[in-house]
Amino acid sequence: MNRRQFLLTLGAAATAGGAYAWQQDHGKTPPLPPGDILGASNTVGHRLRRMQFPEPSATEKTPVIIVGGGIAGLSAGWKLQRAGFHDFVILELESEVGGNARSGQNAITAYPWGAHYLPFPTQESRAVRELLADFGVLQGDPYAVEPVYDPRYINFAPQERLYANGLWHDGLWPQVGVRQRDLEQYRRFQELMGEFQRQRGADGRKAFAIPIDFSARDPDLLALDRLSMRDFLLQHGLDSEPLHWYVNYACRDDYGCRYDQTSAWMGVHYFASRDAQARDAASDDVLTWPEGNGWLVKRLRERLEPHLCPNAIAWRLSELDRAILVDTWHARENRSIRRLARLVIWAAPLFQAPRVFRELAAARTTAIAEFQYAPWLVANLSLRGFPQERRGAPLSWDNVLYDSDALGYVVATHQQLAVHQEQTVFTWYHALCDAPPDQARRQLLETPWRVWAEKILRDLSRPHPDLRALVTRLDLVRWGHAMVRPRPGFVWGEARQLLLQPQERVLFAHADLSGYSIFEEANYRGVLAAERALTALGIPFGSSCQVFGAG
Amino acid sequence: MEWGAPSVTHALLFSVFVIASCGLTYELVAGALASYLLGDSVTQFSTIIGTYLFAMGIGSWLSRYVVRGLIARFIQIELAVGILGGFSAPALFLIFAWAGAFRLALYLVVLIVGVLVGLEIPLVMRILKQQFAFKDLVSQVLTLDYLGALAVSLLFPILLAPHLGLSRTSLLFGLLNVLVAAWALWLFRDQLPGQRWLRGQCIAALLALCAGLVAADWLTTLAEDRLYADEILLTRTTPYQRIVVTRWKDDIRLFLNNNLQFSSRDEYRYHEALVHPGLSAVPGARRVLVLGGGDGLAVREILRYPTVERITLVDLDAEMTRLFAHHPLLTVLNDNALSSPKAHVVNADAFRWLEQNTETFDFIVVDFPDPTNYSLGKLYSNVFYRLVEKHLAVNGVAVVQTTSPLYARQSFWCIARTIASAGFNVTPYHAYVPAFGEWGFTLASRQPWPAPDHYPEGLRFVTPATVAAMLQFPPDMGPIDAEINRLNTQILVRYYEREWHQVVQQ
Repeated sequence: MNRRQFLLTLGAAATAGGAYAWQQDHGKTPPLPPGDILGASNTVGHRLRRMQFPEPSATEKTPVIIVGGGIAGLSAGWKLQRAGFHDFVILELESEVGGNARSGQNAITAYPWGAHYLPFPTQESRAVRELLADFGVLQGDPYAVEPVYDPRYINFAPQERLYANGLWHDGLWPQVGVRQRDLEQYRRFQELMGEFQRQRGADGRKAFAIPIDFSARDPDLLALDRLSMRDFLLQHGLDSEPLHWYVNYACRDDYGCRYDQTSAWMGVHYFASRDAQARDAASDDVLTWPEGNGWLVKRLRERLEPHLCPNAIAWRLSELDRAILVDTWHARENRSIRRLARLVIWAAPLFQAPRVFRELAAARTTAIAEFQYAPWLVANLSLRGFPQERRGAPLSWDNVLYDSDALGYVVATHQQLAVHQEQTVFTWYHALCDAPPDQARRQLLETPWRVWAEKILRDLSRPHPDLRALVTRLDLVRWGHAMVRPRPGFVWGEARQLLLQPQERVLFAHADLSGYSIFEEANYRGVLAAERALTALGIPFGSSCQVFGAG
Repeated sequence: MEWGAPSVTHALLFSVFVIASCGLTYELVAGALASYLLGDSVTQFSTIIGTYLFAMGIGSWLSRYVVRGLIARFIQIELAVGILGGFSAPALFLIFAWAGAFRLALYLVVLIVGVLVGLEIPLVMRILKQQFAFKDLVSQVLTLDYLGALAVSLLFPILLAPHLGLSRTSLLFGLLNVLVAAWALWLFRDQLPGQRWLRGQCIAALLALCAGLVAADWLTTLAEDRLYADEILLTRTTPYQRIVVTRWKDDIRLFLNNNLQFSSRDEYRYHEALVHPGLSAVPGARRVLVLGGGDGLAVREILRYPTVERITLVDLDAEMTRLFAHHPLLTVLNDNALSSPKAHVVNADAFRWLEQNTETFDFIVVDFPDPTNYSLGKLYSNVFYRLVEKHLAVNGVAVVQTTSPLYARQSFWCIARTIASAGFNVTPYHAYVPAFGEWGFTLASRQPWPAPDHYPEGLRFVTPATVAAMLQFPPDMGPIDAEINRLNTQILVRYYEREWHQVVQQ
């Protein structure tokens, strides 16, 4: 054998070995698990565009109609009920109420389809505190500076971890491989946010409050709204890569937009508004349940059961002299019912209003066109066992991947008390923020299940190479209009301010009005509308919204 | 280019390839072995590669002192590498299991093999320098050197380590080294004085390595048996844990996930201390609950009280309670306690079971594994003790296994404080159990615990006097500050991890 032959043989052997290894690897990839795209909102909702509904075949009188059974609508119903008023219905387009806080259930556990936690409510979030006290989550005085919460519902340790550089880090800030200057910038950023958190406006209000209505209106603060969060960081000389990742992650996670698409006022609000305390818990702990905020929806549903009317699309809303007419198509019976109401609480997303409420003032219709919505994809993966853990922080409730366009996953069984768990459900979140919303929404709806499933399994297989073989089911929910986007200029812009002017008989009550989508805002908008309705109806009630006098 | 003796040259170049692959194999075997036995693969691989490369440098430097008899020296070095490298894996396994000082042996082996391998290439180059111009020599030898390394680094993870195992891989490559020596001996048979001696060495090395290959499995088993020092009586892998029961002379030991649960020689100390100070303080106790403790040893102690009518034992693992109810070797230990008509075994998660039941008990034993992880840590949380409180009769007493106040002092006082936070009067105490060392317990009751003035007949450890001593905490175990263990912080898991980590390091 001469040298050339020898090298050729060696090369051939190496190629054969490589091919063998690749084939081994390739042959081992298990097939996709079963799964489906759930939820009919897009097909049902799109009927609203075509407006093909049968004319009503019956007429009813219902003093108050709540359109939309998400958190805003349910909270409005809850407030009406607490004031002793029971003559109302809640119309919900989907088969289940709950909106973004809907949840699912299988043999393993309940799991969220959307919103999965609630921070401790601020002093200003009186209605949320009352709601939590009503359901036994908050014990004792609901208005205490440090309320006591049932420890079963406070997020168990370990709370969150981050997969970066091949290692799980405790918390959402990488600890290994971060340079000194990154740490310094991180600290400086935290200090800056701490200052904003303590800052008060000229009127004594918090600079950044939840609900947003209670925030100070000093021009220098509101000026932040015209800036993007990314530009805000750069203006403060903060250019650290992991810091930008961290802030961008926060914006993607809470607002469904990247930080360069998010209003700096809103970006700062994320870090500076949550100042609530709780006895025996850190102020950044949160309340959570296996099904996420779906647990609160279940409690609200139990209370409001007789008022709920699911599978019902309100498709025509018209103001008559003495009543408001609401025509609703009931999918189950395929017929429409006409309801005559004294008041309507519109707790559905605002973008649907002009299609249904044709007589809405042109200025308002124009303002509503300013509202943009972020599309989201949520997957629930049932696992027959837990994936093997690598070195680093142990499996946590929230598990985030640094190099991923998705937001990571939450472990639905984390909040269970049982010590031994064999199976679990991972809830995987993805805000589609890299394309303009319309384009991303089309992509969301046109991409088949198989392609999403492959993408999701690839994303999760990086930290968990054995995950794919463990998945027994992978279901998806597509949220075309998951949340309103707090883009620069929008949060304190004219459109939102115009829509905040109360109307007399059709009361807008969706979290969209707050410019961003969180439980507390939806609850506040719903309760506020309910209180206005109660006032109009002359029914006495104790206000849940009067801290400084709501805006 | 001059090709003086082509066949010899090619043979030597080929041997460079083999030598290089052998050298890298020993390095990879040592790294893999150290990762496997010591963990922390990044550290093991980097220190071993570092040591190995450094040793090769020493070897290269030493090569200048090899002046005469180049070929004979080369053959002897090959034989030495073959034997030493070849036997490195089985020898290290055995040293780990039998001798200790494993790290020293590991780095010594890596160092010596590295020095010898470092000698090889310079010697080959000097042997070949008559045939080649210097630039060609360097290029040829180093190319094959690196190619050999490439071949092994590909083969090792794909074929060798998974299919042959570490011991056989190292022995096989040892054999290759020796074959290179034998080949060189044959090629240079005309130029070598004292061939017979060298031939003898070659044959001896070949035989030794072949024998090693045949006996590789036996050697490995020998080492693994040694890791569990005693005779293994039975092993069970259940969905929840790995149960191992061993015997050494008359001492039977139970291991759960490799953690010692009891030794039959002194478990009476642990279980008497666990049960009697609490149960003797509840005269006329009728209903007793045992959480954990599937070995039935606590139940055995509870059965000493004739007033007790019903003992509910809640243990997650059905296999565990089945073994201790039926296996003759184990029922001897608990006096068939689990077959008593008073004992009722429930296989359920303790937390869930407490949530779903409303029964109350006069005495509750909480005997869980130590809080080594966040899952077990839940069983030591204030939420859990509040639940225990709901199941305790008005005059009832509960006792909680509270880890070692000596080795895990802050953990111990953290648990005691957490129990107190659930509305209990707490009475911490400790006992010496030779298999464990100083061990701690905490009594929980609504009224202050009244120290019993007498205990059941036939106890070997607990008396009013010994219990009085158990209540005394010397300064090195005395109360220290600790937070309450809550589900949202699980501070106990952190305390426990830190404290036992320090113990292991000492």
